[in-house]
Amino acid sequence: MGPQRPAIELRGLTRHFGERTALRDVSVRVAAGATLAVLGRNGAGKSTLLRILATLLRPHAGEVSVLGEPLPKRSFAVRSRLGLLGHEPLLYRDLTGRENLLYHARLRGLPGARVEELLAAVRMERRAQEPVRLLSRGMVQRLAICRVVLHRPELLLLDEPRANLDPGASELVEPLIGRDAGATRVITSHDPQAALAEADAVLALAAGRVAFAGSPDQVGAAQLRQLYA
Amino acid sequence: MRTVVTLLRKDLLLELRALETVPAMILFSVVTFVIFHFALNRATIDGQLAAGVLTATLLFASMLAINRLFVAEREQGGFDGFLLAPVERNALLVAKSAALYMFLAVLELIAVPAFGVLLLGPSLGPALLGLIGVLALADAALAVVGTLVSAIAVHTRAREVIGPVVGLPLLIPALIATARAAGPLLAARTSGTPPGKWMAFLGLYDLVFALLAYAVFDFLLED
Repeated sequence: MGPQRPAIELRGLTRHFGERTALRDVSVRVAAGATLAVLGRNGAGKSTLLRILATLLRPHAGEVSVLGEPLPKRSFAVRSRLGLLGHEPLLYRDLTGRENLLYHARLRGLPGARVEELLAAVRMERRAQEPVRLLSRGMVQRLAICRVVLHRPELLLLDEPRANLDPGASELVEPLIGRDAGATRVITSHDPQAALAEADAVLALAAGRVAFAGSPDQVGAAQLRQLYA
Repeated sequence: MRTVVTLLRKDLLLELRALETVPAMILFSVVTFVIFHFALNRATIDGQLAAGVLTATLLFASMLAINRLFVAEREQGGFDGFLLAPVERNALLVAKSAALYMFLAVLELIAVPAFGVLLLGPSLGPALLGLIGVLALADAALAVVGTLVSAIAVHTRAREVIGPVVGLPLLIPALIATARAAGPLLAARTSGTPPGKWMAFLGLYDLVFALLAYAVFDFLLED
């Protein structure tokens, strides 16, 4: 049996927005089942990177392979195997939590029972009957996480996954998006120490370029200070 | 088909919850009829003039719906939520067109009788079936072109302006055909049958723009 293909492989990834270069010549490999922490200041390109991996943006240069599929050519094939938790929860505010999740489940051809299973896991069975606009940010984040894992994705792209979650809620979502979920994970966080604690590999971005790529134990306090200075 | 039904169901549910689009269209139409009543300084109108007033009013009312068609997707992340799903992107075109078509149908259920009471001289009765046929084809034109224009506008800064500026010229042929088809129906003595030539034109217009929209819609959603 040969070596397993990496879950993510980027070579010279570049992406522009008008005259601004959001990502320049980014290369990294992530092994299947591993967790990559993406660090960097605001505007470093972390969210852009996640959106490219999620097939929402096209790269302008370089090669991107996600779960063995080249992007953007095979974007359709890979969408059913990944889940993105971005800045926005992607929930309609006038629909209830349950209606939102059922909508996403139906889009993916999943049964309603899966929605109920997840609502029970995050203890939102009752509050999921209320419109999303009436829920707290923490509850909305829990629903967003349920949306992401509805279809049991092999790759989780998590932008600040524990934002707005209290410690109790963080514990509830851990089996869904944590290490034990079994998926390959790419995590960004404004708390570099928390991200490093659960990472197998680190990619640090500065102004769209790779500032550092390696293992968490190679990242020292001085490097973090320089990255966030 | 499942995807189209899911998307349509979501849009109809959102409209039922918020009641933002259809009531606004109805109110606009009724107010416009009242304005025409005073502006034309006539107690009643009929024939081609009546058809023109009705068609123009429905066209401008539809712009309210067209401008709002993708608002939820734009403001609440609905685009990303849809684009992340492994579904054909043209399903969004079909679902949005169907939703817009239904909004127009509900509008006409109220606006056409209101037009009959407020402005129209002859009775609507003999013309009704023919008028329904004309409006069915006209609504298809509005729905398809409106959805296409709305999808173009949603990614621009002047989105409230782009809809009318791009959509209205595109809809002029449909506007002309609708008014010409409805004119004889709203005349004092009507056969109740719309002119076949204009119905055929409307049908052809619908088909051409439906195919065009289907061909380009996928590219409009790309970034």
